[in-house]
Amino acid sequence: MSLIATLARLEAVTTGRAQPAATVRHRHLSERPLVFVPLTTAGEAGAPLGALVGTDRDTPRLLVVPQPRDRDLRFAFLAELADIVLPYIDSYADAVEAAERSETDPETGKRVKVEVELCADAPQLVVPSRAGVDFVRLLGRSMRFRRTAEQDPETPYPAPPRVPLLGRWLTHFGERARVPGSSLLLALTEVLGRHWATGQSSLEDQHLGALLAWIDPPEGSTGAEAALHAELARDDRDQLLCPPAGPATDPAFDNKLLAPAIERYDRARTALAAAEDGLQADDRLGELTAAEREIRELVRSRTLPTWQKVWKGIDLLRELPEGAHVEERWTRDRWSFTGHRDRVVAGEPPQPRRDDAVTAANKLATREREQARLEAQEALDDPLVMAGRRLAGEAFAGEVVDVVMAYSEGKRPSPRPLVTVRTEDRPHLGERAKVFRSLGGKPQAAEFVGQEDEGLLVLRIVDKMGRGKEPEVGSVPEKGDRVCFTLFEHEQRGGAKLPDPEETPWTHGGPPGEQVPEAADSVTEEDML
Amino acid sequence: MTTEAVFDPGTAAARATDAILHDTLHGSARGVVVDSPPGAGKSTLVVRAALELADAGRPLMVVAQTNAQVDDLVLRLAEKSPELPVGRLHSSDADAYDKALDDLPNVRKSAKAAELTGLPVVISTAAKWAHVKADEPWRHAIVDEAYQMRSDGLLAVAGLFERALFVGDPGQLDPFAIVGSEQWAGLSYDPSASAVTTLLAHNPDLPQHRLPVSWRLPASAAPLVSDAFYPYTPFRSGTDHGDRRLAFAVPSDGSGPDRVIDEAAESGWGLLELPARHTPRTDPEAVRAVATVVRRLLDRGGAATSERSPDPTPLTPDRIAVGTAHRDQAAAIRAALAELGVTDVTVDTANRLQGREYDVTVILHPLSGRPDATAFHLETGRLCVLASRHRHACIVVCRAGVGELLDDYPSTEPVQLGTVVKFPDGWEANHAVLAHLAEHRISHRP
Amino acid sequence: MPPPRTRGTALRQRLADLRGPDVPAKALDARALAALAANPGCRRRAILDGAGVNKAALASALGSPSAFGQSQFALTRGNAFEAKVKADGGAELLRLVHERLDPRAEPPAGASVPDLSAIGPEGRTARTALALREATEASGTWTLLDHPMLALDVAGSPAFLEPDAVVVHPDGSWTVVEIKSFPMLDGSADPAKVGAAARQAAVYVLALEEVAGRLDPAPRVRHRVLLVCPKDFSNLPTASAVDVRKQRAVTSRQLARLTRIQDIADALPEGTCFSPELPAEQLTAAVESVPATYAPECLAACELAFHCRDRSRAADAVTTLGRPVRAELGGLTTVEDVLAAARGRAGDPDDPAVAALRRAAQLRDEALGAMCH
Repeated sequence: MSLIATLARLEAVTTGRAQPAATVRHRHLSERPLVFVPLTTAGEAGAPLGALVGTDRDTPRLLVVPQPRDRDLRFAFLAELADIVLPYIDSYADAVEAAERSETDPETGKRVKVEVELCADAPQLVVPSRAGVDFVRLLGRSMRFRRTAEQDPETPYPAPPRVPLLGRWLTHFGERARVPGSSLLLALTEVLGRHWATGQSSLEDQHLGALLAWIDPPEGSTGAEAALHAELARDDRDQLLCPPAGPATDPAFDNKLLAPAIERYDRARTALAAAEDGLQADDRLGELTAAEREIRELVRSRTLPTWQKVWKGIDLLRELPEGAHVEERWTRDRWSFTGHRDRVVAGEPPQPRRDDAVTAANKLATREREQARLEAQEALDDPLVMAGRRLAGEAFAGEVVDVVMAYSEGKRPSPRPLVTVRTEDRPHLGERAKVFRSLGGKPQAAEFVGQEDEGLLVLRIVDKMGRGKEPEVGSVPEKGDRVCFTLFEHEQRGGAKLPDPEETPWTHGGPPGEQVPEAADSVTEEDML
Repeated sequence: MTTEAVFDPGTAAARATDAILHDTLHGSARGVVVDSPPGAGKSTLVVRAALELADAGRPLMVVAQTNAQVDDLVLRLAEKSPELPVGRLHSSDADAYDKALDDLPNVRKSAKAAELTGLPVVISTAAKWAHVKADEPWRHAIVDEAYQMRSDGLLAVAGLFERALFVGDPGQLDPFAIVGSEQWAGLSYDPSASAVTTLLAHNPDLPQHRLPVSWRLPASAAPLVSDAFYPYTPFRSGTDHGDRRLAFAVPSDGSGPDRVIDEAAESGWGLLELPARHTPRTDPEAVRAVATVVRRLLDRGGAATSERSPDPTPLTPDRIAVGTAHRDQAAAIRAALAELGVTDVTVDTANRLQGREYDVTVILHPLSGRPDATAFHLETGRLCVLASRHRHACIVVCRAGVGELLDDYPSTEPVQLGTVVKFPDGWEANHAVLAHLAEHRISHRP
Repeated sequence: MPPPRTRGTALRQRLADLRGPDVPAKALDARALAALAANPGCRRRAILDGAGVNKAALASALGSPSAFGQSQFALTRGNAFEAKVKADGGAELLRLVHERLDPRAEPPAGASVPDLSAIGPEGRTARTALALREATEASGTWTLLDHPMLALDVAGSPAFLEPDAVVVHPDGSWTVVEIKSFPMLDGSADPAKVGAAARQAAVYVLALEEVAGRLDPAPRVRHRVLLVCPKDFSNLPTASAVDVRKQRAVTSRQLARLTRIQDIADALPEGTCFSPELPAEQLTAAVESVPATYAPECLAACELAFHCRDRSRAADAVTTLGRPVRAELGGLTTVEDVLAAARGRAGDPDDPAVAALRRAAQLRDEALGAMCH
């Protein structure tokens, strides 16, 4: 943790309120995000218990699986979820704008510009926490290899029609969330933690209730008190007043409330099945409905507080002005969304269980590039982030105290002005190190010439001064100007092109061979009721 | 008579080299892997293999990891075989290569691979090679520092050659990724793993060799470095106790720095231990202690005698290096040295000292004064690099209390299924080194 | 000369006194091992675990109950899975051991599953040792020990451990088997959970090595254990071999250090007792008499964490905010000291930690000031 972040946390401790860790918002926020607050069943992998989901904070849709081990009920849940999420996604798929993309011409091997569609906006999923992102991934994985009766009439337990497609989309969202700076799928605790420093540890910040308690404590209460209340306070039935943001539930809830309710539901169902006449069946159906309603209310009671907190968090984030480069990164998210839309339309198979060697390497390269881009852009967009880089010796700011015109040698001398900057920063400048400043949104490079005196750095500007012998107006800093130079580059170069997967070299196992469709997961009888 | 007694380092090293060259030139496997501990003659091997492959008429590409390594190899090749035409493929940046190459008549430099076709040997960095497209693959490649290359780096260049000799030091710093790569942990081709890990996972039957003798490390250092950092691939020192001597004309003034210098001159190791205290990274007392030790090394008229020459060589600033874990520590020590009038001594981080060699090194222990240990500070490669740069002696400056810090270090490391456990463990290696250093401890109260 | 016998007995008595009259010693269970791994340097945890104090009960008595609990859904599912793995005389479990660890041996058919029931932990430990000896002597056959009981000397008193299973191979070597209910999804599993399972298995390996050491010739205890988990979304078992050499080395060193609890015990005031029967005030004083090194990681591992966090916050300790916070603060350990140094109210400006703090505070103010204008 940088000392600036440490100081912010310490100040939060003494003031009793979270302190700013950013002065602008570094993530895109959709005008119409889809909030998803899922709960899962303890001990089972990917067995949802219920969820609140929707784009309207006042009318969330409640989905419940009254018996999580019942395959049919689980499928019904997933089908309902698909009916909410897929139309939301589709609503962004059709509005497009024309864009250009470089592609390799298969005949000439040259990079050429091609006209393509780019979705004008993209959907955005918001979940409460990092565990929620993992659960989105898990749901995606559990659905995308399922077969519907239409795909395969022989399949033993066919999935409802749109469930595999939802699996592919959730997988895409989950995978995209691994890209630094992306915003297709946001974990609210992570985004809040990026923008505020609380008076507790980052581990404790993963508790949404405690985190919000620090950022926005209730009247008359300190962040510490409110956070403690959110973490530990229980009612007379031993239930947490601020239920965990999920997807895991509190064991006390499972044992004291949920388990008896599910047991009543099971009993009512058995009784209904055993009904001997219509009248009895009517009565017992009533009992079953009541039992189901009880579980629905339990799930609602555990998800609604989180739902409200997520929207509260979104409100708080909206109050921050958006960082200058956020839009550009969101455009990359739109490309990612458009690309997956096209793969789905083209009838490509679902994402494989594991990446092949080339795909894995390409993803890693992309993420490293995006990480570097994110770090540079956040610093350029936000003086508080830049302050951290300056403290670390990776940037310096100061006043221009002298400018001496100089020229390069050669047939056509170009301007190479020497600029002296007075700074209190202590950058780690090596001999002839390159430094960059932002000039009209573009990086201008300079070379470190030497240190004249303590805090007096001499730089030679080397580009962005136009083609003439004299630099263009405004392209060279003037005496008295405040300037900020970074030691890191502002823009990222593209990496080398890797071979196509079918050209995987012998060092990496050779070509992966013909793609066979991934088999659906095996299911045992005991898995389900 | 035991095998120990008949161990002749020269013969053992020659035998290993012969076997490597035989497998490289005449073997049937597509790859040959060579593990080379610190100072075992890796560069010499690479140059020799390159010359023999060139002699055999096999077009050769050489892949190194940094521009400095590439330039160094070109210079060495030219020194051994001035007539051999060598291509230096470089980037299109300014100062893309060492200007010393301009003086070599048979070295052709270009930023375009096409302009170097037909030359018997072409050398470049992995990053530059990754942009090269070749219609016809090279018959042979040498991949240098292969353990510091990432798997995805090899993926980008492996299509350029038919067969390759992979050479590297498994004990130095591992390559790393700046983003999480847990998603691929356990996959044989995990892009963030080292190139050699992936290569061997897919080709487990490739011949693997190791160079058994360190010509750099003295007899006092090889056993410790071998045991602590290469437990399953031990090596020996090429010299014996008494083959090297470090002596000082000016006697000790009885101070801590002088006493630790004498201890290190005598035994090869010295630990200057400062009182236990939690400090920031640039602990002023430790920084000053390092600087003072360097100043005294120079002031006391040191002279090194070794197998290289019968006469003692003066211990000049260029034969001394200071190693640290962090850049700000290096900067602080440079400033402290400048105050003492020392300017020509190399002061750098472990990353930058990889592959370098000095007579005497002075190290600021990565864990000195820290209130907490982190994976970064425990990384085996970092300590290994710092403890294996010297031909004569290594002096470690450290606050007391590191043993307790290690004992209190939480061991909650996550475990990824299917990954090979890397040995040695940083925690264990640190304990081993500390235990050894404790025998050469000079307590110092500044 | 081993005089520690009396010393050991004295320590055992001392630890019994610390627990309180008639309070049985709590076994060194998975949670205690996790707490040890998360914070090996904490003296409070060391003495409480060493004495077998029930920390959950203690935390409740102190008024800061721990938040650990287990959902009955998870419990039911876990038990059902373990039963499935061990059904039919452990046929599936042995098949997995054969396939993943010892494929060259004869396939396990008709393996013996000795009865290990006996009275009390000591009895079960003896019975397990006997079964291990017999199985090892019966070379060429497979044996499955279902829930054996092992004892490990922890700080002079035996701690009883109950692995899910131990398998004796035809060559006489022994393998620890851990059965967990978290899934292996496409061949990988939650690394934090696998790590915890590996550390737990490493303790069993150490305990087995003590048993093996008493046999002549000592059989080999394998350092690759078998982790059995549900496959993907099913409850079909799948397994992976896990190399626990590192965890074994670390735990062995940590356990060796545990013997120092004699020193901790010696430093406690006469009559110190951690019995949950005592009034909270007295207990608080007893707990305070031994220092803790609280860090936020304790919250996930130690029952006493909420109590220690309260005290750590009350003491204004910066580590309450996380271990890494201390890294650049040098000798400054309280929130007030750090802020006073940063604001120029205290501290030596030549101390680089203080200088860096002031610079950080200045840069931060400058950046936040820029935001206001």
